[in-house]
Amino acid sequence: MGSKTRIWARAACLITACAFLIYGFMRGEAGVVLNKAVNICLECIGLG
Amino acid sequence: MRITYAIRRKLLQIIALGCSNAHLLNFKGGKIYTGKWKQFCNPGLNCYSCPAAGFACPIGAMQAVNGSMQFSFSFYVTGLLLAFGVLLGRAVCGWLCPFGLLQELIHKIPSPKYHLKKGFLYVKYVVLVVFVLILPIAVTDYMGMGKPAFCQYICPAGTLEGGLFLLAAHENLRNAVGALFGLKAAILVLTLIGCVFIYRFFCRTLCPLGAIYGLFNRISLFHLEVDSHKCIGCGKCHAVCGMEVDPVKAPDSAECIRCGACADACPTGAVCLGFSTKRGKTLT
Repeated sequence: MGSKTRIWARAACLITACAFLIYGFMRGEAGVVLNKAVNICLECIGLG
Repeated sequence: MRITYAIRRKLLQIIALGCSNAHLLNFKGGKIYTGKWKQFCNPGLNCYSCPAAGFACPIGAMQAVNGSMQFSFSFYVTGLLLAFGVLLGRAVCGWLCPFGLLQELIHKIPSPKYHLKKGFLYVKYVVLVVFVLILPIAVTDYMGMGKPAFCQYICPAGTLEGGLFLLAAHENLRNAVGALFGLKAAILVLTLIGCVFIYRFFCRTLCPLGAIYGLFNRISLFHLEVDSHKCIGCGKCHAVCGMEVDPVKAPDSAECIRCGACADACPTGAVCLGFSTKRGKTLT
C-alpha cells in the first residue's frame, strides 16, 4: 500500500470513527452499554 | 542503560492492567463497579463483570448493543474500535490488553514451546463473525433480545476475571452453576494450558478483538518499519518473534502485536517501531 493511500485510508477511518461515535452516543447506545456493564453479566461468568 | 521495547512494554502493560482494573476493593465483597465510566470501553479484552473493572469490555458491549431491543448495530462501539484500530492497530493487544499480559506471564512457565499451525490463525475470524456479529442478532428471545454468544459460550477472560471471583463471593451464584459453566471452565483451562506451550494461544486462535485490530495493522499510525538499507538479512527479528511473524517480509501482518521484540533483537537498528517512523523503507 502506498503512503498516500495509507494516509487517505487513515483519515477516512478516523472520520468514520468520529461520526459513528457521535451518532451512536447521541442515539443512546452508551446507555445500553452502561446498563449491561453495571450489572453482573451472567453470560460472561458462565451462568446465563 | 538502553530502555528496550520489552521494558517499556511491560511497564505499560502493568499500568494498563491497573487502569483497567482499578477497583480492587470490590474483590472483597464480590461487587462490581457501577459508576458512569463503564459506558466507555476498555481498548483491550477485560470483562466488565470483573469486580475491579472500571470500563466496559468492547466485545461484550458490541454484543449487548447488537442484541438489544432498540438497536441491531452498534455505531458507538464500532466507532471506538475503529479509532483504537487506526491509532494503534494490534499494539492494543501487545501493550494494553490485560488478558494478553496474563497469557505472556503463563507462557513463562518452563515447558517445551511449540509453533502454532497456520490454519488456527483463521479461527478467530470465524469466532468474530459467528459469535460476535451474527448470533447476538440472529438468535433472539420472544422480546427480540439476543444473547452475547461469545461471552456466553467461549470467553475465558469472563470466566477467569468475573466468574471465579464472583462465584467465590456469592453462594447463590455458586448454586446456579451448571453445564454451561462447565463448558466455559473447560475452555478456560484449555486456553491456559495452551498458553503455557504456545505464545499467546488465545490471542492468535480465538480472540475476536485481536481479529478486528489485526485488520488495521496495514494503516495504523503506530506501526513497524524495516529499513532496507540497514537490514543485513540475519533473520534474528523473525527468530525472536513470539507471534511467528517475519517483520522483513510482512511488517504489517495482522498477527503482529507490535511488541518490539524484533526491534530489540535487530543488530543494526533496521527495525523501527512507533508513530513517527518513515513509511516506504520496507524491503518488500
